[in-house]
Parts: sequence; C-alpha cells; structure tokens
Amino acid sequence: MRLWKTILAAAALSLAAGTSVFAARTDLVIGIPLEPPHLDPTAGAAAAIDEVLYANVFEGLTRIGPNGEVLPDLAESWTISDDGKVYTFKLHTGVKFHDGTDFDASDVKFSLDRARADNSVNAQKGLFAAIDAVDVVDPATVKVTLKNPQGSFLYNMGWGDAVIVAPESAETNKEKPVGTGPFKFQSWAKGSSITLVKSDTYWGTPASLDKAEFRIVPDAAAYVPALLSGDIQAFPFFDPDSLAQVKDDPRFKVVVGSTEGETILSINNKKPPFDKLQVRQAISYALDRKAIIDGASAGLGQPIGSHMSPANKDYVDLTGRYPHDVAKAKELLKEAGLEKGFKATLKLPPPGYARLGGEIIASQLRDVGIDLEIIPVEWAQWLDQVFTKKDYDLTIVSHTEPNDIDIYSRKDYYFNYDNPAFDKLIADLGVTSDEAKRKELLGQAQKILADDAVVGFLYELPKVGVWDAKLQGLWENAPIQANDLTKVKWSE
Amino acid sequence: MTAYLLKRLAIALATLLLASMVVFAVLEILPGDPARLMLGLNASADQVELLRNQMGLNAPLAWRYLHWAGGLLSLDFGRSYTYSVPVIDLVRERLAVSLPLALIALALSTIIAIPVGLFSASRRGRAGDTISMGAAQLGVAVPNFWFALMLIYVFAVWLRLVPAGGFSGWSAGIWPALKSLLLPAVALALPQAAILARVTRSALIEVLNEDYIRTARAKGLPYRAVLWRHALRNAMIPVLTILGLQFAFLLAGTIIIENVFYLPGLGRLVFQAITQRDLIVVESVVMLLVAAVIAVNLLVDLSYAVVDPRLRSRQ
Repeated sequence: MRLWKTILAAAALSLAAGTSVFAARTDLVIGIPLEPPHLDPTAGAAAAIDEVLYANVFEGLTRIGPNGEVLPDLAESWTISDDGKVYTFKLHTGVKFHDGTDFDASDVKFSLDRARADNSVNAQKGLFAAIDAVDVVDPATVKVTLKNPQGSFLYNMGWGDAVIVAPESAETNKEKPVGTGPFKFQSWAKGSSITLVKSDTYWGTPASLDKAEFRIVPDAAAYVPALLSGDIQAFPFFDPDSLAQVKDDPRFKVVVGSTEGETILSINNKKPPFDKLQVRQAISYALDRKAIIDGASAGLGQPIGSHMSPANKDYVDLTGRYPHDVAKAKELLKEAGLEKGFKATLKLPPPGYARLGGEIIASQLRDVGIDLEIIPVEWAQWLDQVFTKKDYDLTIVSHTEPNDIDIYSRKDYYFNYDNPAFDKLIADLGVTSDEAKRKELLGQAQKILADDAVVGFLYELPKVGVWDAKLQGLWENAPIQANDLTKVKWSE
Repeated sequence: MTAYLLKRLAIALATLLLASMVVFAVLEILPGDPARLMLGLNASADQVELLRNQMGLNAPLAWRYLHWAGGLLSLDFGRSYTYSVPVIDLVRERLAVSLPLALIALALSTIIAIPVGLFSASRRGRAGDTISMGAAQLGVAVPNFWFALMLIYVFAVWLRLVPAGGFSGWSAGIWPALKSLLLPAVALALPQAAILARVTRSALIEVLNEDYIRTARAKGLPYRAVLWRHALRNAMIPVLTILGLQFAFLLAGTIIIENVFYLPGLGRLVFQAITQRDLIVVESVVMLLVAAVIAVNLLVDLSYAVVDPRLRSRQ
C-alpha cells in the first residue's frame, strides 16, 4: 500500500513538473454549460453562440461594454442627423477578416441588408426593423437611414445578431466562423470543445491570450472537480449551489454580478380569474421574494418590482409596491369573489430557478388559498404550449434579453396583456433619443407594469462566476450574453 | 445452420422496419417545434414559418417518412437541423468516443466479473463467497455518478494522474485519449461487473450441481480443471446473454457518466438532440442503435452455438 502511494505520488510529481511554467500563461480553458448549435450569431437565438463568439471572433458597428454601455467597435465614430433619422458611421480602415479579405463599408451594407431581408431568419430581426436604407458613401463611410428616429439604434447595432460578416463567408459561418475580431476560430470538436486562437492581423489592441478553449461541461457536478484539478480555469456562469466548495479557497475568485435576466412569475392575463386585477395583485402580495431568492438562487440575486434590471441606469425601485402581506392578499381575493381560493396550474421549464422557485411559490400561494398544480415541462414543450399556444395559467421564466420592457406591448405575446396606455409609452420611447426623456418614459412604463401586477416580479438572475484568482479581465456582469476575452490575461 | 441464419436475418430486418415506423411516429407527436427553439423568444411567427419551410418541416408526414427511411437504406442519415451537418458525421465523431469506451468498460467488467464469479461459486456459502457477493451487492447499489465523482476526486484532483473530464480526441495521441477514457470506463465497468459476477456465480452453481460434474470429479479430475473446463463453459450462455445486453447499454445508455466526465459520447448527442428537437438526429441515431442491438443479439445467438455444440447439430 505504501509502495503504491509512493509510486502514484512520484508519477503525479513528474506529470506536474511537465506543466510548470515560468512566464505568465497565455492559454485559457473556459467551461460553458451548453454547446452552441452552430457558430453564426446572426442565425440563431441560442445564448451559447454569443457566449463563444461575441467580441472575440465577431464585431459589430458598435459593441456593448462590460456594464451595458454602447462603445464604438468597427465604427470608429458616427454622426446623427438633426431629425435623428440618418446615422453616418466612419469605419476603421485596414481591417481584415480572418480569411484575409478586406473589411469595408460594403460588408456593413451586406450584413445589415442580409439581416433585414424578407427571407432572413435572424432571430432578432426586430433590431433592424427601423432601417430604411443602407448606403455605401465611400469604403470607410456608411450611411444608415431610418424610417423613424429610434432611441435604441446604436445599442441595437451592438447585439451579437448585428455583427458584421463578409459575403464570402456568411453562408459557412455556422461551421467555420470568419469575423474581424482579435481571435479567430480554430476548431470545433463537437460535443467537446471550441478553440479560438489569437488573430495576427487584428486591427485593434491585440489579445493577451494566444489560445482560448471553450469546453462544454453540461453537468454542474463536474464544475468543482474540473476547477480543482486545474483542467478548466474559469466558469463564467457557475452553479450557485456548488459555491460552498470553492468560495473559501484562495486559489479561486468568486464574482457575483448582475445579468439582464428578469425572473418572473408569468401570468396569463386573459385567462379567468387572472383577468381580474385584484387576483394578480393578490399573487404579488402573496410572494415572499426573499424566501424565493434564498431557496431558488442560493440567496444571490436582487429583488425586482418591475421589468428592469437594478443595474440599469433607468431602473426605478418598485419592490415596495407589493410587500409580502398574506392578509392583504386574502382580502383582495375576497374582493374578487374568490374568498374560498381557487385551483390553477404552474408550468415549470427545466432551469433550477424555475423548478426550485416553483415549489416555493406554490407553497406561498397556498397560504392565501391558491392551490397550484405543478407541471414540469421541457423547453421545447414550454415554447410550444406556453409561449406559442398560450395554454397556461402561471409559469416561471427568466427574460434574459437586455432592455426588453417592450415585450409587454407586443401583440399576441404570451402574457396576453393589453394596455393602450402602456403601448403608447413604448411607441413614444421608440422614437425618443433624448436620454432624460427616455428615462422619464421608462420610469412610467415600469410603474404601469407594477400597478397592473401584470406578472409576479421576482428577482434579477445573478451572474455567478468562478475563476482562477490569477486571471484578470473577465466580465463581472452580463449586460449581454457574452464571454468577452479581449482584455483577459494572466497575472505574474 | 443456413436456414437458421436466414430466419434470424429476416426477423432482424422486419424488426428494423417496424422500429423505424415506431420511432418516427413517436417523435413526430412529441410537442415542440425545432424552428421556434432555434429562433428563440423574439422571433415572429412568420419567421418561424419561414425557417420551417427552409428546414423542410412543412412537407407531409408520409413523404418525410419515406424520404428518411429511403435515405437510411442508402446509408444517408439526413442532415441535423441544428448543426446543419450530415448526421452520419456527428455519429462517427461520437462513436470514436462511445465505442472504445464501451469496449474498455466491457473488457474490464469481464476481467473482474468472471474470476470473482468463479471464486464465489467454488467457495459457495463460505466467508470468501459472502464477502465477494457482498461487494457485488454494493457495486450494484452504489449510484454510478457518485462513484464517478469519487474516482475524479481521488485520481484527478488529488493524485492528478488523469484529467477530471473531457476528451482530448484521438488526434492528440492514443495515450492522452485513453487516459481520458480510463476513469469513465472504470465507473461504467464496476456496476456491470457486479451484475455479471452474480450471474456467473449463480450459473456456475447450477452447473456444479449437475451429475456430469460429479462424474468428472469421481473419475479423478482435479477440482480446478472441472471448474474451468466443464463448469464454466456450460455456464457461459446466461453470461453471454448479459454481456450482449450490457454492450448495447454501454454504447448509448451512459448519458449520466458522459455528463459527469463531459465526454462527447453518443448518449449525450441523443439527449441534446431530444431537448433541441433535432428530430432527424434522434431518429437516425435511435435506428442505428436498434440495428446495433439486433446485430449484437444475432452475434450472441451465434456464440451460443460456439460454446454449445448441441445447438449446432440441432439446427
């Protein structure tokens, strides 16, 4: 036995010696939970696509920074006409795609026209809806004319779905992505990992890392051993429930940030008895957000009172609108003629926040007399039954798209919510670029949603990242779904 | 023998045809639209319809079945909806992990189980038997993902002999690839070995009670020779049956172990395809597995004839 241990220890030492380094490392292995279905950010909604490629391989006219701000990217600068309808972008020159072809204004025109074309299957086609025409002025200047002024246009152009692609490679980006970013795609071992390497022809500040590998680790149980063994050095989206094993370990850094994910108890506003305001308000009073956050999110995540991230500059704190008050909830149900309570269903998609949160919410609503039957569903079923066919009473889901308060004004959206006053606000917002005015409108919009108790607002999904303590430059927050590696480096 | 073979083949083909219909029908009634899944919450209904047309999902059911089944005949398994590459390429990549893993696990399981079963049967009711069968009971009962995590903590985190998970790919060299399959193979093999050891033991005990064993002993053959030459060979039929079942399971039923070790195996491909409603991948892989199970069963049937000459002459 002793001999065995000696042999094993010697073998381990010799292996460890082989990997010791003296200079700072330039490689990184990042763990991601889901594999992207393909590698073209302009052709799919899966967050995993952007989490590998955004800012690393592909770039847009603008980009979203670590705190949700709009930054110049391939466009060096821009001017906006006085009527807010014409955007003239000055582009960087000397930019090359990874396949060696040159980037210029015609690529911008191609990309935007492709995304908004009739036969486009861009998952965020709405981002381009306001564009009337895209004109090439000269190779370094492009002019975008809008149908009407759009307050969020520059932000929209920073989405992963609006990145600039080349006509030569657009059709093959799904398998072999070709962009202009500081990293170029090297290989994709399906089911296993995607490897990026530094691009030698990058136009901007070159990346510090020479190689970055995104390794797909679907099971949260594998996160901790992968970190401890050193196989994987960063999990930007860690499992909150496994934190206990790493949070006191000085070799790792635990970073809790915010996302754009409003986690809500969605209510079918047209289905009786949820069409009654008192019933929806009763539900809001019945919810104890703290207990939900503690139980479903390991105590991490900020409570919300309307559909806006607390990290957003236009956030209004409405969490006091419906304090946890069982007596008040019962009183409202009585007003609605439901003092005996009622039965309803709660459909839960697979993520932990829904499955765990659902159990807690069911017990909280039982306290006021609402008896929920829990129905677990897969994502495909959820999309089909709840989102498309609106066959549901209540469901829990995190709406992770940034700045998406406008979903409440969409016709035929699964909330079945219809309020002309709210729709008017959103329409006004669409044509307002003035920051102060926008803030005012967004504040009103948040307040209407809270007053109408359209859904049960729960909490902002936290971003829990765990990585090697020597690693610097990974994003703390997730204003959009991305793992931006452009500034990541190893200390020492 | 030839008639026997032909009959088995005909049954196998009929099973395949029936399975293809069942698999296709079952997956088609599954709720969920692959196009909506790809486009997410912000896409309009028109756009989803457009993508459905592009993916060929709006064609009539019967036409799609014939198209798919016809493709299978010419070994064309179609293209994945989500990955948009030929399904056969996906399967080939995954088999490069799953097949060696299943074979290593099966070999390990056999190497452990047969001697343990022999040992136990020959010491029936004595301390050695009780201990080894107790261990086998434990092996069956311990959840394999827990056992896998323990292996990872000891050999990957503490001793750092092997990676904690992932697969380096065969292009990175035989040894690194084998290293990343070693722990998963052990984690898979142990519960299988436990089952196999129990089957081996009970089959042997039954045989050891036969008259011809007594006769062999009576004519003076040493116990060891009786055990190996007469008893084991006669006890092989149930053992081979279980081995065949285990191989089919190891090929695609190992999703939990693949997840814990984040291996890109066949089980995960199917699982992922189901959640993404990549129906063509699910349908084709399930058909391949049906074919594999049928083939293995055929092989097992043939191997009966090898171990038992009586079966050969009877046909």
